Amino acid sequence: MKLQVNDIRNWMNLSNQLIQENKSYLTELDQAIGDSDHGINMARGFQEVITKIQDQSYSTPSDMLKDVAMTLMSKVGGAAGPLYGTAFLILSMAWKNKSEIQVNDIKDGLQASLDGIKQRGKATSGEKTMIDVWDPVVQLFSENDITDPSLIEETAKQAMNNTKDLKATKGRASYFKEKSIGNIDPGSASSYYIFSALSTSLQGA
Amino acid sequence: MKKIINNPNDVVSDMVSGMIQAFPEKLEQIDGTMIIKRKELSSNKVGLVSGGGSGHEPAHAGYVGKGMLDAAVAGEVFTSPTPDQILAAIKAVDTGHGVLLIVKNYTGDVMNFDMASELAESEGIKVEQVIVNDDVAVEDSDFTTGRRGIAGTVFVHKIAGAMAETGATLNEVKEVAEKTITHVRSMGMALTPCTVPAAGKPSFQLEDNEMEIGIGIHGEAGIERKPITSAENIANELTQKVLDDLQLQSGDEVAVMINGLGATPEMELFILQQHVNQLLKDNNLSVFRTYVGEFMTSLEMTGCSVTLLKVDNQLKSLLEAKSEATAFRV
Repeated sequence: MKLQVNDIRNWMNLSNQLIQENKSYLTELDQAIGDSDHGINMARGFQEVITKIQDQSYSTPSDMLKDVAMTLMSKVGGAAGPLYGTAFLILSMAWKNKSEIQVNDIKDGLQASLDGIKQRGKATSGEKTMIDVWDPVVQLFSENDITDPSLIEETAKQAMNNTKDLKATKGRASYFKEKSIGNIDPGSASSYYIFSALSTSLQGA
Repeated sequence: MKKIINNPNDVVSDMVSGMIQAFPEKLEQIDGTMIIKRKELSSNKVGLVSGGGSGHEPAHAGYVGKGMLDAAVAGEVFTSPTPDQILAAIKAVDTGHGVLLIVKNYTGDVMNFDMASELAESEGIKVEQVIVNDDVAVEDSDFTTGRRGIAGTVFVHKIAGAMAETGATLNEVKEVAEKTITHVRSMGMALTPCTVPAAGKPSFQLEDNEMEIGIGIHGEAGIERKPITSAENIANELTQKVLDDLQLQSGDEVAVMINGLGATPEMELFILQQHVNQLLKDNNLSVFRTYVGEFMTSLEMTGCSVTLLKVDNQLKSLLEAKSEATAFRV
């Protein structure tokens, strides 16, 4: 189980597919507790990512992820642009010069990305944000030897569903206070799609 | 959704082209970006850049002009512009005296402007930023990202712009902008929601007899939903909340802004205005200037916001200084 350039391309294609399919759903989630643009912004950003990477040749996953990061940063906007941009940029830095990404590299890379997201968003776990999906996934890697990639999908899904009962204390949703309880956080949902796609692309790798 | 648009994905670029064509002698677009810039920059002056999501017109491009902003960056509808665009604006207006960024307090805006500042600084440009957080509807606490920035931002643009025009240093311009932020508070309400073109449906639902108090300018629902009441009651509720927070002394002087959110007739804004002024008088406050109109809108939302700025001699003279911005002429 290791990721090469084509697996990363597959990961991005699957992420884009899930985000395009769930564009309206993400926007609906954001309508409940935010400003209803998350689906629109993520769909625009990931579409641009695919356009950018699909026909380019890359010698390492890191090179491709750098393009992914810069595209997200310059096309998504809102809070999601800098957060996902930062996440993929740090992943690209963590995997620099490696042509094959092993499970241990995934673990270290995701940990570094999570730290970067926390720093950029000045947020931590339990605040009803994307971190509430990233944190359990990173923990899964650090506590287990991942032999079955579908565990990633399961963990991320459970974590996303868990954000429903949380009260938002960061980001736009925090203005809604108690009213924010009862809805899945849109950022945790888009993060779930990205980990679900990672899970699928690892299964074939 | 019924709107005068072409493709929902093109509303921002279509709008920016239109704005530039309407004021060809004053404004220009930086190629390949959604940046609206003053055609002629004053040299020897601190640069001023603001921006944010589109859909708040005339904010922010309407405030570009001699005496106010040097450039405004238009993001997608209700979505912060991206760091590369903000960086391009900073570079375009820097004349070597540094650039002040005026940012409204939203997580996304703050993050994107932060990243742009970091990038600009790494290229050797002096950049400072101020964060406007005038909306008293949402509380500040250790647990939230703080209050939102709404219509009070326009006063910050005006005052910082006038200060920069005097040849003040970056620190001096930043200082007066921060003083303005300390002295300005706003509160809004809505009668109807708005529809983001790419979303195609309204951001929340309100019954015919309901109003929403404490709305944001992005179609966010407010803090309280109530039966609709008279203009007098609405004016009193909004103004009182602002007064409670601003802690003015008897005899203090204020500038007043009655802002329409995009679909409120001026008639209603003027009706509101007289009640706001009456309440201020009842509190022994004097009104320096009253601004009534659309300054920071939320697409076609019906509703208004009330902004009070406590003024002293410095702020008064900067408010009165000449401005050639297309949406704020003095």
